Amino acid sequence: MLSLAGELFAYMNARKKWWLLPILLVLMAFGGLIILAQGSAVAPFIYTVF
Amino acid sequence: MRLLGLAAFYHDSAAALIEDGLVVAAAQEERFTRKKHDASFPARAIQYCLDAGGVDLDGIDHVVFFEKPLIKFERLLETYLANAPRGFQSFRRAMPLWIKDKLFQKSNLEKALKEFAPSGKIAPGKLLFAEHHQSHAASAFFPSPFEEAVVLTMDGVGEWATASVAIGHGNTLEPVREIRWPHSIGLLYSAFTYYTGFKVNSGEYKVMGLAPYGEPRYADMILEHLVDLKEDGSFWLDQSYFNYATGLTMTSRKFHDLFGGPPRDPEAPLTQRHMDLAASVQKVTEKIMLRMVRNLAKAYEIENLCLAGGVALNCVANGKLLRDGAFKRIWIQPAAGDAGGAVGCALAAYHQHFARPRQLSGELDGMHGSYLGPEYAQAEIESRLAAAGARFSSVGEPQLYEQTCDALEAGHAVGWFQGRMEFGPRALGGRSILGDPRNPQMQKTLNLKVKYRESFRPFAPSVLREYVDEYFELDVDSPYMLLVADVKRNRRRAMSAEEKTLFGIDKLNVIRSDIPAVTHVDYSARIQTVHAQTNPRYHALLSAFNRRTGCPVLVNTSFNVRGEPIVCTPEDSFRCFMGTEMETLVIGNAMLRKEEQQPHLVEDYKNMFDAD
Repeated sequence: MLSLAGELFAYMNARKKWWLLPILLVLMAFGGLIILAQGSAVAPFIYTVF
Repeated sequence: MRLLGLAAFYHDSAAALIEDGLVVAAAQEERFTRKKHDASFPARAIQYCLDAGGVDLDGIDHVVFFEKPLIKFERLLETYLANAPRGFQSFRRAMPLWIKDKLFQKSNLEKALKEFAPSGKIAPGKLLFAEHHQSHAASAFFPSPFEEAVVLTMDGVGEWATASVAIGHGNTLEPVREIRWPHSIGLLYSAFTYYTGFKVNSGEYKVMGLAPYGEPRYADMILEHLVDLKEDGSFWLDQSYFNYATGLTMTSRKFHDLFGGPPRDPEAPLTQRHMDLAASVQKVTEKIMLRMVRNLAKAYEIENLCLAGGVALNCVANGKLLRDGAFKRIWIQPAAGDAGGAVGCALAAYHQHFARPRQLSGELDGMHGSYLGPEYAQAEIESRLAAAGARFSSVGEPQLYEQTCDALEAGHAVGWFQGRMEFGPRALGGRSILGDPRNPQMQKTLNLKVKYRESFRPFAPSVLREYVDEYFELDVDSPYMLLVADVKRNRRRAMSAEEKTLFGIDKLNVIRSDIPAVTHVDYSARIQTVHAQTNPRYHALLSAFNRRTGCPVLVNTSFNVRGEPIVCTPEDSFRCFMGTEMETLVIGNAMLRKEEQQPHLVEDYKNMFDAD
């Protein structure tokens, strides 16, 4: 987890995208909640764009 | 300097080994795991590359990954933010994947790579990352035979770029333009692939094959509503017609309303409307590509063009670019899809990051005919076949060609397994099924008895390079089957009005030329020129067939059935041989005849693989 924080820090510095930091934190918290609440069937992607 | 390139976790995982700037080995993971388009960590492809180079991971200077996951994540987040609250379903599906796994790609990769290092360690800084389109561009330029070229890459999407232009000169590759997500020529084609009922990421090839049966009735509609095509070939896609950016499908209700109905169910029959849609998106794609390429030729005044990215597998469009003549020479990376990123990212690191010089290999390119995969010595082939229960006879080279020609002349489908496996989606005479192109029944035999695939799909010819202009409207090298050209007029036979109304195999079965088995309904053919320098055995076989029949052409289709990855080992090919109605199999110097095999080894092969 620490290395990921370091990578994100280096990434935001390199891309000059510091404004993403609060959004990232909120979204990741939100995403974490989704993981915790997982269980219901979710439709699959026809094409995954990532 | 030794570099290991990796492409993984999206589709078509692959590994490639580069030594001092030369491509030594490359293979896709699907060939080893037998799972088509396998996207998992390419452990077996890595092991093959290391074995081929005689090294372990401690002997590799750097490992290079073909894209930058964090920038992809940035694109994902910014897309969700820009479209919120729309896209919640997609967000809900994507976030767990990223938070649990994809965000940790660097440490996951390092952990997986340690298994290949006897020291058990991956030194800090050993793992490097290239950008997705940088990898594509490097795979297109550095192995090309050109000192200087304009490099155009087009695909679905990488990090942000969906198309890019770079100028290659010596060992430098300078990015100059790009088109960004969500405006994508690859995703436009994929949207129609989905809409016409084929699988995205594999069915695009079928749409291209279906297009000649249709009329481009919807092309103007696409250009009027979906695509805002600019003078320089750049474009915007009206996102209200698509759903891939924030939804779970490719197209929106508005798209369906415009084109008159919901997407075709994959099991539903193909109608003229689907053929017209295929013809339309093909025409629009060609128009966009032609406009882009003409503009680049004018803007940079360089004679050579290099292409890569999944869209560069559209060999019909490539043929049109060549005939248009905006560039004097065109070279296309044979593994133009994501697998080729493994070669590209390693070459990008070597030449761009480490600024190492580039050596041109004269007339030939640096992909060695794309024969970069595993090969088997005769003794190993024989022991493997014996262990599999195969009955075979080993013959000398002259007899090998004569007996193979006997089988071809008798109308047999012949499995041809020789030398190193091809890297990239096409079989090029290393892992191929061959047939006599003059035989009017060959198309039917191959489609229905051997390949078990859709009846409308045509087969491709391999032709001796020395004779290509005698059979086709083409007189350049096309070693990777990435250029389509017409059969020569004097070899064609016109279809009657009644014949023109036929569809699918019925229309394909109409004798339209001297070489009917490889002539599509519009008289086009997807040509592979065969060169003695890169594949001497295949060249020798074609020469023997030419001496005997006066025809230097063979039908060449990949050695697999529908939904199966192309065979890799002698055992894979023996299994495929026994599971289909192929009559003859040639592996190295071993000849196998179906009637001599043990009947209990026949498998129900047809239903073993999911339809692609």
